[in-house]
Amino acid sequence: MSGGANTDLDLAALSLRDVNAALQGAEEGAFTVLNPGGAHALACGLDAPVEVLVKGHTGYYCAGMNKAASVTIEGNASTGVAENMMSGTVRVKGNVSQSAGATAHGGLLVIEGDASARCGISLKGAEIVVGGSVGHMSAFMAQAGALVVCGDAGEALGDSIYEARLYVRGAVASLGADCIEKEMRDEHRAQVADLLARAGIDADVAEFRRYGSARQLYNFKIDNAY
Amino acid sequence: MDIPENGPPRTLPRYSATFDPHTLSEIRRAAATGIYDIRGGGAKRKVPHFDDLLFLGASMSRYPLEGYREACDTSVTLGNRFAKKPIELKIPITIAGMSFGSLSGQAKEALGRGANMAGTSTTTGDGGMTPEERGHSEQLVYQYLPSRYGMNPDDLRKADAIEVVVGQGAKPGGGGMLLGQKINDRVASMRTLPKGVDQRSACRHPDWTGPDDLEIKIGELREITRWQVPIYVKVGAARPYYDTALSVKAGADVVVLDGMQGGTAATQDVFIEHVGLPILAAIRPAVQALKDLGMHRKVQLVVSGGVRNGADVAKCLALGADAVSIGTAALVALGDNDPAYEAEYNALGTTAGAYDDWHEGNDPAGITTQVPDLASRLDPIKAGQRLANFLNVMTLECQTIARACGKSDVHNLEPEDLVALTVEASAMAQVPLAGTNWIPGT
Repeated sequence: MSGGANTDLDLAALSLRDVNAALQGAEEGAFTVLNPGGAHALACGLDAPVEVLVKGHTGYYCAGMNKAASVTIEGNASTGVAENMMSGTVRVKGNVSQSAGATAHGGLLVIEGDASARCGISLKGAEIVVGGSVGHMSAFMAQAGALVVCGDAGEALGDSIYEARLYVRGAVASLGADCIEKEMRDEHRAQVADLLARAGIDADVAEFRRYGSARQLYNFKIDNAY
Repeated sequence: MDIPENGPPRTLPRYSATFDPHTLSEIRRAAATGIYDIRGGGAKRKVPHFDDLLFLGASMSRYPLEGYREACDTSVTLGNRFAKKPIELKIPITIAGMSFGSLSGQAKEALGRGANMAGTSTTTGDGGMTPEERGHSEQLVYQYLPSRYGMNPDDLRKADAIEVVVGQGAKPGGGGMLLGQKINDRVASMRTLPKGVDQRSACRHPDWTGPDDLEIKIGELREITRWQVPIYVKVGAARPYYDTALSVKAGADVVVLDGMQGGTAATQDVFIEHVGLPILAAIRPAVQALKDLGMHRKVQLVVSGGVRNGADVAKCLALGADAVSIGTAALVALGDNDPAYEAEYNALGTTAGAYDDWHEGNDPAGITTQVPDLASRLDPIKAGQRLANFLNVMTLECQTIARACGKSDVHNLEPEDLVALTVEASAMAQVPLAGTNWIPGT
C-alpha cells in the first residue's frame, strides 16, 4: 500500500484504455475510479500492489487476471469478476453475476452479497468468500483453492470437482457429479475461520459443512461414460 | 460340365462393404470391453479432400512465371485489424496448437526450432506455456482454452498472439481428455492437478457463452495485453459461414478454421469420425462470410485439417485462405509413426503409419509421450531441422504451382485456377467439375 495521494480516474471523462493504462502502469498508489457505468474489463491485468476503489457497478471481467492489486467495487459486478486472478484481493460490496472468480489461481475474492451461477468455476487455487448465496453449478470442475458460502448453494454444487474445498453454511440444493459431503475437521474449521476473518464477515464456523471430491471420476472407466 | 478333381470353382470370400473388417473388429472390441474407443489424430475415413482438386496451370490466356528466377512471394501478415504488433510470417504455413503434456518437451522444442528456421509461428496447447517453448519459438501463439490450465497474465503478455479456442476440427463441440498416464509431476503442476489423474478439459469456456460474450472477452484480453498482439479465434469446421461471421463480429483479428481431419491428442473415435466437416467443405463458406462483411484479407483466415504438402497449401490459398496450419504433418516430419520403430509399433498392436494411441503415452518415436526414456529418443535439434526441411519443401511446392499459374504471390492463386475431379468436391470447393463449366448448385 502506498502512502501517496489518491488519484481519481473518471470514466465519464477518460476512455477505458486510458483508465486501465493508468492502473496497469502504476507500481503503487491508490486510485478511485468514478462513474464506472458498468464498463467491461475495468481494472483488469493489474500486476502491482496498487489499491483501486471503484465507485459504482462494473461490467464483465472487472479485475480480471488480477495480480497483487487490491480492488474494491462499491456496487455490483457482472460476469467473471476477478476471473483467473493470480494474487491480491478483490472485494465486491454488492452482488455478482455468474462465473465469479472463474479459474482463479490465487488471491482472495470477497463477495459481500450473493453470487450467481458458476461461482468459482474451474477454481485453481484462489480463495472465495461469499457473504450471501451462490447459484447453480458453483465450483464446477474446481481444482484447488476454497469456496466459503455463508448462505445457500444452488443445484449441482461442485460438479466434477477435483481438490478444491467447499464450505457452505446454509442449504445445498444438490451436489453435482462426484461431489460429496466430507467430515469437518479442525484444520477445516481453522481454514474457514481464517477466511471469514480475512473477508471481514461475521459467521459461526460451527455452522459450516464441508464438501469435496469423491475422486471417483479421477480416472476414466466405463461407469463414468453415461 | 467338367468338374475339376478339387471341386467346382468357387467365388472368392467377400467382405461386406457395410460390415467391413474394421467395422467387425470394432464391434468385437466394443463387445469385449464395454468402452468406446479413444484415440489421437483426426478423421481417418475417406472424405472429399484436396486430392479431388487440380490446378489448371497456364495456357494460351495465362502467362506462367519462370521457376528459377521470377519471384513468387510467400510472406503473410496475420492480425493487422486491431493489433499494434501483427504476426509477420515468411511462409503461409503455421504450426498448429499442440500442448506440452500431450507432446513431450523435446517435441515442443523441435516444433519451435523448425518453425523458427522456416520463419513461421508455432502454437501452445491446452496446458500452458513452458519456458522452453517460449525460448525456442520466435513467434509463439498462446492458446486461450476453456480449461485455462496454466493461464496467467505474464505468459499472456509474453505471447506474440492469442488464440481463443472455441473448438477444433477433430471434435467440434467437444472438450478434452488427457489420460492420467501422461500426467507426470511437471504436467500435473502446470495444470494444478494431482499426478496421474485424468485431465478433463471443459467443452465450454467458464466465463463466456456465445459471440456477444466473446466480444467482451476479447476486449478484456486486449486490455490486459494493451492492444499489442493479435487475437485469433479458432473454430472447428461445423457452420463455417456463421462461425466466421460471428468471430469477425466478436472482434477477431484472425479466424482459424480446423477441419475434421485435424488431429487431437485424445478423443472418442466416434466423435472424430462423425462430427464436423472436411476442411474442403468449410473454406468457401468461411471466405464468403468474410467477403459479405467486407473483411476478406482484412481479417485473415487460417485453415487446417489434413494439409500435407505444398499442393494442399496452394489449394487452400486459391480457395481464399491467407495461411494454413499443420499439426499431424508436422509430427510426422519430426518422426511420428516412423517405420524405423516398426517392431515396437507391432508390440503395441499396431503398425507404423497407423499408430494413434497417442493418449496412452507409449509413443516409440518419443513425441506423444511423457516417459523420459521414450521422449529422449527425439533429438529436438535434428527433428527441428526435419520440420524446417519439410516446411521448405511445402513452400517450394506451393510456389511451383503458383508460378505455373502465373502468380507472383502465392496469395494471388484463386478459385479460377482450380477444377474438381468429383461432383462432391466441385460442390464443396465451388469450382467447376474438370472439363466442364458446371458447379453443382450454381
